[in-house]
Amino acid sequence: MLLLILFIVLLAFLLKKKRNVENVKQNIIDAARDEMEVVKTKKQFNKEWFKDFLKSEAFKNILASLVCVVLGLLIGFIVIIIVNAQNSPKAIMAILKGPLNAVKWKKSLAIVIFKSVPLLLCSLSIIFAYKCGLFNIGAPGQYVIGTMFALVAAHAFDAPWYICLVLAAVGGALWGIIPGIFKAFLNVNEVITSIMFNWIGLHLLNYVAGPDMDLMYNLTLAECKKLPVAAKLPTFGSEAFFDGSSFVTVAVPIAIVLVIALLIILYKTKFGYEIRATGFNKDAAKYAGMNYRRNIIVTMAISGALAGLAAATFYLTDYEIYSAVKQTSLPAMGFNGIAVAFLGCVNPVGAIFSSILITYIGVGGSYLDTTYYSSEIGNLISAIIIYLSAFSLIIKTIIGKISFKKKSKKALKEVKEADK
Amino acid sequence: MTGLIIQYTLIFATVLCLVALGGMFSERSGVINLGLEGIMVIGALAGAITTALLTKFGLPVIINVALSTVAAILAGWLYSMLLGVACITFKADQTITGTALNIMSTALAVVIARMYTGTPSSQIQYEHSIFMLLKNFELSVFTIIMAILVVASFIFLFKTKFGMRLMACGEKPQAAASVGINVYLQRYIGVSISGILGGLGGFAYIVQSGNYWDFKNGVVGLGFLALAVMIFGQWKPVKIFLASLVFGFCQTIAFLYQGMFGIPQFVYKMLPYVVCMIVLAVTSKKSRAPKAEGIPYDKGQR
Repeated sequence: MLLLILFIVLLAFLLKKKRNVENVKQNIIDAARDEMEVVKTKKQFNKEWFKDFLKSEAFKNILASLVCVVLGLLIGFIVIIIVNAQNSPKAIMAILKGPLNAVKWKKSLAIVIFKSVPLLLCSLSIIFAYKCGLFNIGAPGQYVIGTMFALVAAHAFDAPWYICLVLAAVGGALWGIIPGIFKAFLNVNEVITSIMFNWIGLHLLNYVAGPDMDLMYNLTLAECKKLPVAAKLPTFGSEAFFDGSSFVTVAVPIAIVLVIALLIILYKTKFGYEIRATGFNKDAAKYAGMNYRRNIIVTMAISGALAGLAAATFYLTDYEIYSAVKQTSLPAMGFNGIAVAFLGCVNPVGAIFSSILITYIGVGGSYLDTTYYSSEIGNLISAIIIYLSAFSLIIKTIIGKISFKKKSKKALKEVKEADK
Repeated sequence: MTGLIIQYTLIFATVLCLVALGGMFSERSGVINLGLEGIMVIGALAGAITTALLTKFGLPVIINVALSTVAAILAGWLYSMLLGVACITFKADQTITGTALNIMSTALAVVIARMYTGTPSSQIQYEHSIFMLLKNFELSVFTIIMAILVVASFIFLFKTKFGMRLMACGEKPQAAASVGINVYLQRYIGVSISGILGGLGGFAYIVQSGNYWDFKNGVVGLGFLALAVMIFGQWKPVKIFLASLVFGFCQTIAFLYQGMFGIPQFVYKMLPYVVCMIVLAVTSKKSRAPKAEGIPYDKGQR
């Protein structure tokens, strides 16, 4: 619950701040001109800021996302009650408390942070492609190839961690370029291409990491060999803050830098403008002389690189060792990235909060009493939230209608009073 | 060996054809159904639980087969309505909704399967021989159903008033509405058929492939492959049938020839997907999807 509140306040603030600066400036000037009283102006400034914010698109977006989250949690709780009513209060508390269930909650919190980084990167990958009008459902495949490049670099070439990270990004980019080429030159729907290449990638990785290739396979444990120390992501002493947990790594600052970089690319550069123009209307962009083929391919490359990097931040630690035998279906991380992207209103900053939220629920799910519940309930709740986030447009319209009705009622009242 | 190849090809082709036909109806009415994979999982789950329960009660084989098939169809239809309500009535994004249905299906199936088994395992066991018709050559009831449905959907789509109306809604919904066709209703019919056939296909897949199914794997991407079959089949029933035979054959080779002729196993496993990509690349120039697919119908627009 604490997280929910944080989610609202911070997201609201960040989203609004940028757009409102000009507006607020204008307000200040106008107010000063009209009233010439400094104190009064200040008061109005505060009031106006809040009023403007309530009317803004960003606020509606956030409200819609929150409605999705709350509704999703409610439906999830109903499922929990259906599965086993007797123990449901405890289970609901477990989901809400998330990492705080553990005695060493700092360690558990470190896991939330650790897991939300790859999720965030996957969702950034989807957001970036979506801005260009592409639906990159290939994130799981790019994630898988990223895993392959990172692990091969670490095991076969004893590469240090930064080389592994770069190579993972390159691998993901390669896997993203293929659907991009198919889309740009052959006009094959990128959704189908990406899905096919997801599976091709998975089989490729399972061959390279599996017993046939014998490159990094540990026969006795049926998984990859232990990660070489050089390839492990450095923690820069974060263990001290998290009860000795070594999962909060250099990946966290990298992810934050990437969020900022994406915001700059998308909104401050010519390339970003072209991408968004192509996303709004491909034909118009083409007519305006933009090289839409190149834009599609470059977008998919960047998008793929992000997903590939996500894999590296997950597997270049001691948290989980990849097992080619156990992993027979596509990793859920890439698909959940889609969820996070849309829950965060397809905005890189929003994705930070939604990725933490989804991980929080997932970690909470792992604390469920497994004799009564399966830990999949956490996944189910996130899936319900994604499904509902598809409705966010409708929720936004409803919110708009409510505020419109209020306005028209007010106007009616004023007219009536004037008549009197 | 040839017999085995034919058997497996028929098994895979049956499933792919059923699901692809479902996808075709949905797309012909103007709704992209990316949630086919999820619909298959839910249909399969409902069917598996029903048949397992009925076997326990000792009901006659025919009733068992009929009831469990109906259960699969109903579950698939109900699940597809989640897509229908979101995308037709509420005009939500079809791609996101479909993806959400897929993610939700696996989690939901595991939760329900564990409720059913009462153990941490999500594996459901059932009698698969009751769905087979011949003793020494495995031909399932679903293959027969599929053959009938191919002909039926051809007649329905191209020779009846209803089919023409359905297609009109996928091409130019505003024009269809102007001559008094209820576009929302037609799209609901399209999505409903896709849910019914998707549920049926999912159930057909798991009962044909063995005595048990572990639901934590979903239906291993077959729903997506069916979408590719649909595109390869150019949104036409007979062509979809032929396409499903081609893909069924590729799947069979991937399934049977694991690591033969000195070629590593993973090459065979990739084969269906690689063939799919090549086929799509070659046919894409001629490919003509329904024009209005993916665009929510809005009465106010022109």
